[in-house]
Amino acid sequence: MSTKKFMYLNRKAPYGTVYALESLEVVLIAAAFEQDVSLAFIDDGVYQIVNGQGTDGIGMKNFSNTYHALGDYEINKLYVSQESLDERGLSADDIMPLMYEDEDDDWAEKPSVKIVSNKELSEIMSEQDVCLSF
Amino acid sequence: MLHTVNKSSFERNSLQSCINTIDDTSVVLLIEDGVISATKSTHESMLADLASQGRVYALQGDLEARGISTKIADNIQLVDYAGFVDLVVEHGTPVSWV
Repeated sequence: MSTKKFMYLNRKAPYGTVYALESLEVVLIAAAFEQDVSLAFIDDGVYQIVNGQGTDGIGMKNFSNTYHALGDYEINKLYVSQESLDERGLSADDIMPLMYEDEDDDWAEKPSVKIVSNKELSEIMSEQDVCLSF
Repeated sequence: MLHTVNKSSFERNSLQSCINTIDDTSVVLLIEDGVISATKSTHESMLADLASQGRVYALQGDLEARGISTKIADNIQLVDYAGFVDLVVEHGTPVSWV
């Protein structure tokens, strides 16, 4: 089966709408088909991977831990917009420390998240075969 | 009057429309994605005046869900669901800015 480059563009905060959860489900499906998957978090999408989410008070499932599993599915290219963080008073320290194990480097643990400028993001986006927006 | 806003000000103009429209005795309660506007950000000036008058509330549970309960802007008052009910009792049926 041929491999294509898929980018999932996440632009919505979690819990208020179902977009974030649906995106995560589709990302896992693409991973099962062994595609080249990357994720971008821009605008309110950056809140999807903010540290310390706790949903006891709203009676919804906290799905933020699922992002930690992405590394095991060889999804290790997560791009976060620096400008989107800045606008929201957030910094790299507020983002979950998501890691993967690099099989080409003796399974060394490496960070999956890369904070990039919107310009860098546009270059990464232009290299994709398919870009799906959530 | 009580006004609820459930959209992020980065995503929709619901909060700005609400602020532009409400009278001097109204209070604003931020719920769901609306709580994003209760944090310290480039948008915090939108609610600064109202907040300094003690007229802005935000739902604690929605802030905690999004991991932003430690980033609240000045003078925003946090309430739980029981506090939401108290606000409705005090101010009457809410206007929902969706």
